[in-house]
Amino acid sequence: MALLKHTPVEIKERKALTINPAKTCQPIGAMYAALGIHGCLPHSHGSQGCCAYHRSTLTRHYKEPISAATSSFTEGASVFGGHANLVQAIDNIFTVYDPEVIAVHTTCLSETIGDDLKQIFDKATKSGKVPEGKTCLGAATPSYVGSHVTGFSNMVKSMAQLAEPSGHKSHKVNVIPGWVEPADMAEIKRIAEMVGVDITLFPDTDGVLNAPLTGEYKMFPDGGVTVAQLKKTGDAIGTLALGEWCSADAARWLDAKCKVPCTVLDMPFGLAATDRFIDVLRTVAGVSVPESVAFERGQLVDMISDMHQYFYGKRVAIWGDPDQLISMCEFLVSLDMQPVYVVTGTPGKKFEARIKEICADKPFEVKVKAKGDMFLMHQWIKNEPVDLLIGNTYGKYIARDEDIPLLRWGFPILDRQGHQYFPTVGYKGGLRLLEKILTLLLDRKDRDDPETTFELVL
Amino acid sequence: MAKTKKVVQLMPTDIKEELLKKYPPKVARKRAKQIMINEATEAEAPPEILANVRTIPGIITMRGCTYAGCKGVIMGPTRDILNITHGPIGCGFYSWLTRRNQTDPGPDGENYMPYCFSTDMQDQDIIFGGEKKLAAAIQEAYDIFHPKGICVFATCPVGLIGDDIHAVSKKMKEKFGDCNVFAFSCEGYKGVSQSAGHHIANNQVFSHLVGENEEAKEGKYKINLLGEYNIGGDGFEIDRIFKKCGITNISTFSGNSSYDQFASAQHADLDCVMCHRSINYVADMLETKYGIPWIKVNFIGAESTAKSLRKIAEYFGDKELIDRVEEVIAEEMPEVKAMAEQVRPHTEGKTAMLFVGGSRAHHYQDLFAEMGMKTLSAGYEFAHRDDYEGRHVIPELKPDADSRNIEEITVEADEKLYNPRKTPEELKALEDAGYEFKHYAGLNEQMDKGTLVIDDLNQYEADKLVELLKPDIFCAGIKEKFSIQKLGVPMKQLHSYDSGGPYAGFKGAINFYKEIDRLVTSKVWSYMKAPWQESPELTATFVWE
Repeated sequence: MALLKHTPVEIKERKALTINPAKTCQPIGAMYAALGIHGCLPHSHGSQGCCAYHRSTLTRHYKEPISAATSSFTEGASVFGGHANLVQAIDNIFTVYDPEVIAVHTTCLSETIGDDLKQIFDKATKSGKVPEGKTCLGAATPSYVGSHVTGFSNMVKSMAQLAEPSGHKSHKVNVIPGWVEPADMAEIKRIAEMVGVDITLFPDTDGVLNAPLTGEYKMFPDGGVTVAQLKKTGDAIGTLALGEWCSADAARWLDAKCKVPCTVLDMPFGLAATDRFIDVLRTVAGVSVPESVAFERGQLVDMISDMHQYFYGKRVAIWGDPDQLISMCEFLVSLDMQPVYVVTGTPGKKFEARIKEICADKPFEVKVKAKGDMFLMHQWIKNEPVDLLIGNTYGKYIARDEDIPLLRWGFPILDRQGHQYFPTVGYKGGLRLLEKILTLLLDRKDRDDPETTFELVL
Repeated sequence: MAKTKKVVQLMPTDIKEELLKKYPPKVARKRAKQIMINEATEAEAPPEILANVRTIPGIITMRGCTYAGCKGVIMGPTRDILNITHGPIGCGFYSWLTRRNQTDPGPDGENYMPYCFSTDMQDQDIIFGGEKKLAAAIQEAYDIFHPKGICVFATCPVGLIGDDIHAVSKKMKEKFGDCNVFAFSCEGYKGVSQSAGHHIANNQVFSHLVGENEEAKEGKYKINLLGEYNIGGDGFEIDRIFKKCGITNISTFSGNSSYDQFASAQHADLDCVMCHRSINYVADMLETKYGIPWIKVNFIGAESTAKSLRKIAEYFGDKELIDRVEEVIAEEMPEVKAMAEQVRPHTEGKTAMLFVGGSRAHHYQDLFAEMGMKTLSAGYEFAHRDDYEGRHVIPELKPDADSRNIEEITVEADEKLYNPRKTPEELKALEDAGYEFKHYAGLNEQMDKGTLVIDDLNQYEADKLVELLKPDIFCAGIKEKFSIQKLGVPMKQLHSYDSGGPYAGFKGAINFYKEIDRLVTSKVWSYMKAPWQESPELTATFVWE
């Protein structure tokens, strides 16, 4: 029996009710971004449930300890303001856990009562609660604006705002990777190293959320961008912001305030987006790309050519975060696949336009919705099915009901493992995506083919 | 195992001191009252613990919030009530299928658990109020799904802006006529933990739902099972056993539950309470209003299951049931015993720590005991003092600001439906024979002298305890899992099991023995160090020499 048995084929417009959202709230994004700072304890300024939920979801996705503190508002704090709670929290955090940095994000609760983080930090600093050399930074992340992607972007912008330009340009390039897996951040660093560009990647969760098991627990693992490095981002020769939604705000701020020219690019998923990333990287840094990079690229092209026959004309439904969807749709179209349904919960008019542009003049019509939900997408699928689903774990109900293979990609993935270790960005990541897609499609074919046409060699 | 055992025996007082050392003085003073050396020599008086008090800001807590307790824990496992979270998207999203509540959609197939419904409040809703949007959302849900019931849950900002969710629900209920709509003021900031949310949920279910269905229910021995949430299928296993014994479970609060089960709860003749923390007050209300007595049961552990079944049979006092229960126990036990014997060589003498929920840290000790394992330290995430010290302390508990804002409902005997199941003489006869109604002993009594009972344990203390005492297994929730495992100690989730289950009943016991055996014998914990890290001295020899 169907799991989502109550989802009707007939589509009625809904104005007030969101069903099966394709997004979640700002603070979790801010928490993830903050974990990409070295020695940082994220702190949730609100009641303790938010923090518990965010930690649980991030833990289930990354399979790593997610340490984060909370202001633990009760009714009193909700009425009289959370100043006292946060000052006390800052004192306790530095005394008990001794982080280098506390990155505070607000919640819908503290935003609604109007707590001002800057003011509270000043108070904590003046009353000696912030030890010498330690940093507090904060981001306003009201849950009723934007989505988890917005929260990520806001915290990354706060990280950029730590920049203290010295007036002397360095040879470094800032790269803001956006909300990608720790393995993707590692891959971006590897690519930059191959190209020979010295980058400051922020945030950088590589080494933090893919830490080894050694019998010792470090609340603050070795990875992450340091505050010292963030302070120097104002001296960089340029910033590459990967993803308009996740990374552009921080990059534009550095451009406007510190005169670090920025380029906003798509996240480097797939061939063309990776090409553009590497091309801009070498231009900004003034280096030439070594043959080894072209070699990897050629391998991806080779695999596309080998697999094209299976991908051609396949219809795909895809949901998730705007920056990821844009690159992925471009990649799918480049394989002659058809991303026919594209849904994000994150608002943004540009998104729909961009997806339509990618799919323009192609032999299919794309249905795209920002501020959409998975219920609507499922209804579209019920009206006209697809061959493949690409999105987070919550798609598994649709996958089972409609008997469609699901590529787990995006956030959160709660029921499969390894995604924190294997990149999907860059040419290497492209190989992995192709392999996964092909396996899904052919496993399905092997399962469904009748005896007469079941073949050993496909 | 490469894991190094502590050679020096640490005294409980030393451990307590070690846990408190790092805190600022004020925090240390408070925590000292929440860390109790069980029946230690600290004081002459029986040990008292500080519980159900606010979490200290900045301390990495294991706790969640009132909304989580209300929507996630209590209403989460109810299949045919459509739950709408009124608030920004996050709360609804995080409570979407994350408790591993399993359900049987039944012949009607009505099941909304795989869906997440939210009003997804935007900034304009916060500024201008969200009541209109809520009413429209309820209407849309009704138009698409036509459920029997719609429940509305308030999140933090809803309480602040003052949306009257109860008035909106009432209005919609009247408008529909064939759909019960009611709401929960379970804003996350109310109370100090999930416990407040359980209370709010139970009160509303009791007020708006219980007793609605007056149609008689078939069954000779009719019970309700309170405080069982069907995580990983626990409730399925308990129901299997009941069925085998000939006991009719009218309703489970709220594992694998349905609208009609709640609505028919007044037809049971006995209430059996599993997780007393989350629901003992509902048992009291059912008794006052309908005359149903209640007992504490525990279906975690095979021996406990047998004991609970016997207790139920003794209540009904019918030879047919007493004999049937004995037959079932005799049938089920050999397989359990065989598995226990199989794992015992691996588990005997091993140690555990349990910091789970509001009863589980208690219940699961029975299973560990069946494997010959000792619990070194335990405590609850959201307990009250009675969970530690026993039900008799309830009159001593003083309400504070945080408990006062949780509504207490007053219940009186129902004019029509009140029906005492046993005469005062019959009840007295049972009690004189040692039968305990309305009673639970609490965690302290179960634990050995000198063990540490800790309320509201936090991440810092958890890691410290594990470092100091090196237990063979640690049990808590998902947030704690990986920091404990980084220390080289296996961690089993016991809130929402990380995988597997059921662990309740006889089959559950077998599953649990196997799982613990797997965890404590897994070779992975011996891989922590590479050979060159174990003995880093360089010697100029070849390996084959």
